[in-house]
Amino acid sequence: MSVMDRSEKRVIATTGALLSLFIFSILYARGRYNDLPECLPFNKAYTEPKVTRLDDKTYQVYAVAQMWQFQPAEIFIPVGSEVDFFVTSRDVVHGFNIYEKNVNLMAVFGNINKTTVKFDKPGVYKITCHEYCGVGHQNMQAQVVVNDPAAH
Amino acid sequence: MHVSKSLKRLIFWELGIPISLLIIGIYHGLMQTIYRSGVIHESKMAHLDYYQGLTLHGVINAVVLTSFFAVAFGHATMAFYFKREPNKTVAWGSFWLMTTGTLLAAWAMLAGKASVLYTFYPPLKAHPFFYLGAALLIVGSWIPLFNWARMYVRWKRENATVKTPLAVLGTLVNFIIWFVCTLAVAYEVLVLLLPWAMGWKATVNVTLARTLFWFFGHALVYFWLLPAYIMFYTMLPKLAGGKLFSDLAGRIALFLFLLFSVPVGVHHQFSDPSITKGVKMFQGLLTFGVAIPSFITAFTLAASLEYAGRKRGAKGLLGYFGKLPYLDPSRFLFAYLISGLFLFIFGGLTGLVNASGQLNNVVHNTAWMPGHFHMTVAGPVFLGIIGMSTYLYSTLSGKKVFLPRINVIIPYLWVVGILIFSFGMSWGGLIGEPRRTNLGLTYLNPSHELFTPEWVPTTMLALMGGIIMTIAGLLFFIVFFGTMLSKRTTEGVLELPVSEALHDEKRIPLFDTFKPWLVTMGVILAVAYVPAFIDASKNPAEGAPRFLPDNPSPVENAAPVTKKTVTPAPLVSLNATR
Ligand code: HEM
Ligand SMILES: [Cu+2]
Ligand SMILES: [Cu+2]
Repeated sequence: MSVMDRSEKRVIATTGALLSLFIFSILYARGRYNDLPECLPFNKAYTEPKVTRLDDKTYQVYAVAQMWQFQPAEIFIPVGSEVDFFVTSRDVVHGFNIYEKNVNLMAVFGNINKTTVKFDKPGVYKITCHEYCGVGHQNMQAQVVVNDPAAH
Repeated sequence: MHVSKSLKRLIFWELGIPISLLIIGIYHGLMQTIYRSGVIHESKMAHLDYYQGLTLHGVINAVVLTSFFAVAFGHATMAFYFKREPNKTVAWGSFWLMTTGTLLAAWAMLAGKASVLYTFYPPLKAHPFFYLGAALLIVGSWIPLFNWARMYVRWKRENATVKTPLAVLGTLVNFIIWFVCTLAVAYEVLVLLLPWAMGWKATVNVTLARTLFWFFGHALVYFWLLPAYIMFYTMLPKLAGGKLFSDLAGRIALFLFLLFSVPVGVHHQFSDPSITKGVKMFQGLLTFGVAIPSFITAFTLAASLEYAGRKRGAKGLLGYFGKLPYLDPSRFLFAYLISGLFLFIFGGLTGLVNASGQLNNVVHNTAWMPGHFHMTVAGPVFLGIIGMSTYLYSTLSGKKVFLPRINVIIPYLWVVGILIFSFGMSWGGLIGEPRRTNLGLTYLNPSHELFTPEWVPTTMLALMGGIIMTIAGLLFFIVFFGTMLSKRTTEGVLELPVSEALHDEKRIPLFDTFKPWLVTMGVILAVAYVPAFIDASKNPAEGAPRFLPDNPSPVENAAPVTKKTVTPAPLVSLNATR
């Protein structure tokens, strides 16, 4: 187009290249890093907090957030385990953030959120509520204890 | 240009009301950084609770100030370019609706009956006046669009072959975006929340409400931004002493915003349940469409500034940056706009992070987020608003700006404050510091078991930045209200800086008409959002009852003490390795 200056054409080309790079990176990162959460239809079974051991290295956690605590409040698993978190809320919206593992979910009444994460290193991983949920919001933290010696 | 007393008064009130409220907004901004850094370990100070204050901070700064300003600036722009005033009755009607709405919501928040933050996610329930107030504010801000559309159609009839002025185009695009996106939040508030808050409906679908909110919420950020864009394109080059590099580029960018600013709201819900990955991915990729108008803008503005600098004798590749009128009190708007533009570079870069699904897992709802958006909404948007408010007030009233030398350094002080603040917040977010949290009570309280020492330096930086921002804010109040209190020296007129175009391309009909763009907008919206709304309606199970922020039992069971109160289940600690 003659309405375009030469430098404008160059900018359009640069924009296109950068955009392709961004989109490529996003698609490439899918599956390699924590992906977006799974979409599950609601099921009442998930509203009872529990930890289930499927096998040596595979666990399922039904995590229930409520004003102002998580249940279970402490989750013990051995190092190297892969854990499916199923997260919901009994009341208002809460957050479910394990920042060291980039687990970042919203806990919503009547909805089930799910992600899977592997705990490779021993340690204590904090679960922090990072959505405002009322006057006690700043008290709401739980933890995943990986290979806690006290548990043995 | 001379304008009627009525229009002047309207614009003065539409600037004065939100800027007066902003005093509360800025005060609590500072307080938040104080609480969060653990300097105090209190749930409230001076009768204002942390979360109540945070609600006020978000609603006043990001909703009331921005929408009042957009309307006032729109009236000024339309009157200035069309040389004709908007219909008086309609304009004042809009003003009264917005003011009534603001007062209702302000009462609910100040009375402590609406500490639900500016996103008011159910099932946290606010006082019905909060929802009603929000609805009135929004509906009131729709009305000018119809007022201006009439002026536009009439002008177009008389000037069919003349390009619509860029500023007019921008204002119309902005309010069309606003009208479309607020339909969703009006529906959320009036159909889902208000009847539920009144107790006429037992439950609410939380995910549907959130999806409706973010249909609105992302476009909201463009509604904030476009007035600043209008200033960047149509004023900044002139203020710099040059010309707008390309007029057509501005038009293309504006129409692309029309396409891309609404159908991407699900990128705020990457971490939400019940919305399928496909919908999130699709809207996530569409979000990057905004990169196109953003890069067009970045280039066009840089080229315009370069032209201005070279005209002033600049040499070399980047020498033009040294030749711009940074500290000229008679062109103080330049200082505000260039400072905003500078912050926006960082706002944009951090925004790219947020828009990428996997990276969003790192930062979602952490302190990173306020770190990011204080470089957008409290960056170019806020600086554009306060700079233009002082400018409009002083030219329209015929009063000289109070303390002109101070006025011109305010934006630079603000930039320094924001950079420190946002650095602290972003760093904190990367190491898990949550947003929307009174950290001082627990995480930043050395005598509490949840004490997290890693967040001491990050919150301290935010505090330092917050103090500098507050000083800049105070100086602005002194300049603005000082100007108001000073004596008139000339007759007030409506004058806006107008940039000529360096490349003033001939009129291309496609970029001077709304119809094809509106149709395309509708199609993209439907493709992006119909599946999202289906997900949000179908996947969640039951709706939620009402909850107040201070009680874990739903409202129905909560009230009288004599009734049996539901105690939350005891903490359980489960050990699956046994
Ligand atoms: C002295 C100036 C300011 C300071 C110190 C300040 C500080 C803060 C802090 C610390 C937060 C996060 C609080 C938390 O998440 O717990 C916050 C949130 C926020 N700020 Fe500011 N701020 C200032 C000015 C502004 C301005 C001018 C705007 C917009 C025009 C703004 C818009 C917001 C918004 C929208 C939020 C989010 C509220 C929410 O999460 O509900 N702030 N601010
Ligand atoms: Cu919570
Ligand atoms: Cu957005």
